[in-house]
Amino acid sequence: MRKIKAEKIAKAVTELVRQSSFFLRGDVLSALRRSYSSEKNPRAKKMLKAILDNASSARRKKLAICQDTGLPVVFMQIGQGVAVTGDLRSAINKGVKDGYKKYYLRDSIVIDPLERGKPGFSSCVLHTDIVKGDKIKLTLLPKGFGCENKSQLKMFKPTASIEEVKDFIVKVVKDAGPDACPPYVVGVGIGGTADHAGVMAKKALLRKISSGKSELERDLLKRINKIGIGPMGLGGENTALAVHIQTYPTHIAGLPVSVNISCHALRSASVTL
Amino acid sequence: MKKINLSSTLNVFESLKAGEEVALSGVIYTARDQAHKRLTESIKGGKPLPITLKGAVIYYCGPTHTPKGRAIGSCGPTTSSRMDSFTPLLLARGLKGMIGKGNRAKEVREEIKKYKGVYFITYAGCGAFLAGHVKKSKVSAYRDLGPEAIMKLEVKDFPLIVAIDSRGKSIFKEQTFKK
Repeated sequence: MRKIKAEKIAKAVTELVRQSSFFLRGDVLSALRRSYSSEKNPRAKKMLKAILDNASSARRKKLAICQDTGLPVVFMQIGQGVAVTGDLRSAINKGVKDGYKKYYLRDSIVIDPLERGKPGFSSCVLHTDIVKGDKIKLTLLPKGFGCENKSQLKMFKPTASIEEVKDFIVKVVKDAGPDACPPYVVGVGIGGTADHAGVMAKKALLRKISSGKSELERDLLKRINKIGIGPMGLGGENTALAVHIQTYPTHIAGLPVSVNISCHALRSASVTL
Repeated sequence: MKKINLSSTLNVFESLKAGEEVALSGVIYTARDQAHKRLTESIKGGKPLPITLKGAVIYYCGPTHTPKGRAIGSCGPTTSSRMDSFTPLLLARGLKGMIGKGNRAKEVREEIKKYKGVYFITYAGCGAFLAGHVKKSKVSAYRDLGPEAIMKLEVKDFPLIVAIDSRGKSIFKEQTFKK
């Protein structure tokens, strides 16, 4: 069995903090550039230019792309042939904490959600999958809460039509309106259980941005871009950069649909150890 | 783009029109959720406030830590609608301007009209870019709130768009999206 030291994982996570906070994902940058070229509304175009300028300011000045450096969500794919020596969960939290401190990011996490109190850096949300092989893949998604607040879950009847599901997804974007930093990336999880649909919606944000893998994704993107919210909510044709859908088998009695919206500053970074 | 210097006059706020672009210079204060809660509790409890609200401009922002050698860290706007329930009372106490992102409740728009205030929006999700327009920053109150403390910022040509003007006209009203 292959062994990996927990300290090595902590260091790798710290590096993911640096990459995700200062450098916008290449696919997101390309999508924003495409939006900038295609946008006809002059004000929307100006907003998209500011978003692109911001990405280069962040890179150049080593400043966070957005002051909301998010709630760090860590996805782990752990090969069944690898053993971690040391405390894995502590190592991940330490890696996050070290990175947030080292790179002057924001303390946005309160330990007690009801009592609140002074914010700090701990703890991240951790999702683990057991996979084949002897490697560990780590992905960090620092999720801003302006857009996280716009998430919605709906438990449809199993007899609901695809049209009803589509209307709900479009409605979630309308409800977000101009508030959550459009153009958005819309992550959707369909099927499984309520919790699993939520995780799928979040994971869908990690997929490389594309104009649509299926007819459903393409159609939804088209409909969303006709709403007219536009970059920063001031009108235009670019309300969303992409709609990504993940599905999973579900129960005969139900149809869970979860939508997780990302702002234009969709940040994530991965490493395989 | 209209240049406004807060040290010379606030009267100009009343002449601003929704949709107009503004470059703002002068002193503004950051305040977001918890600071709003505390300010409101103090007002209701008849306690003194740590900042003068009369004529003040509040920026809904919680910046990152300030890296060494810089005036401020990344410092973009947060969602304004979360402050909606606190805003009318602050306007009644003399608050003149607000800076944030996104739309406001109808009630807030009416109160802005009543008190002749202005709600501005700025480039959302562009905190690294906006940091270039902040010359100085200092914690002014509620240090224990960390990034939610009230900070005094000295800004230079900070880019804004008038989203709700003193007549209550909103840039968002004309949008086609409906709930």
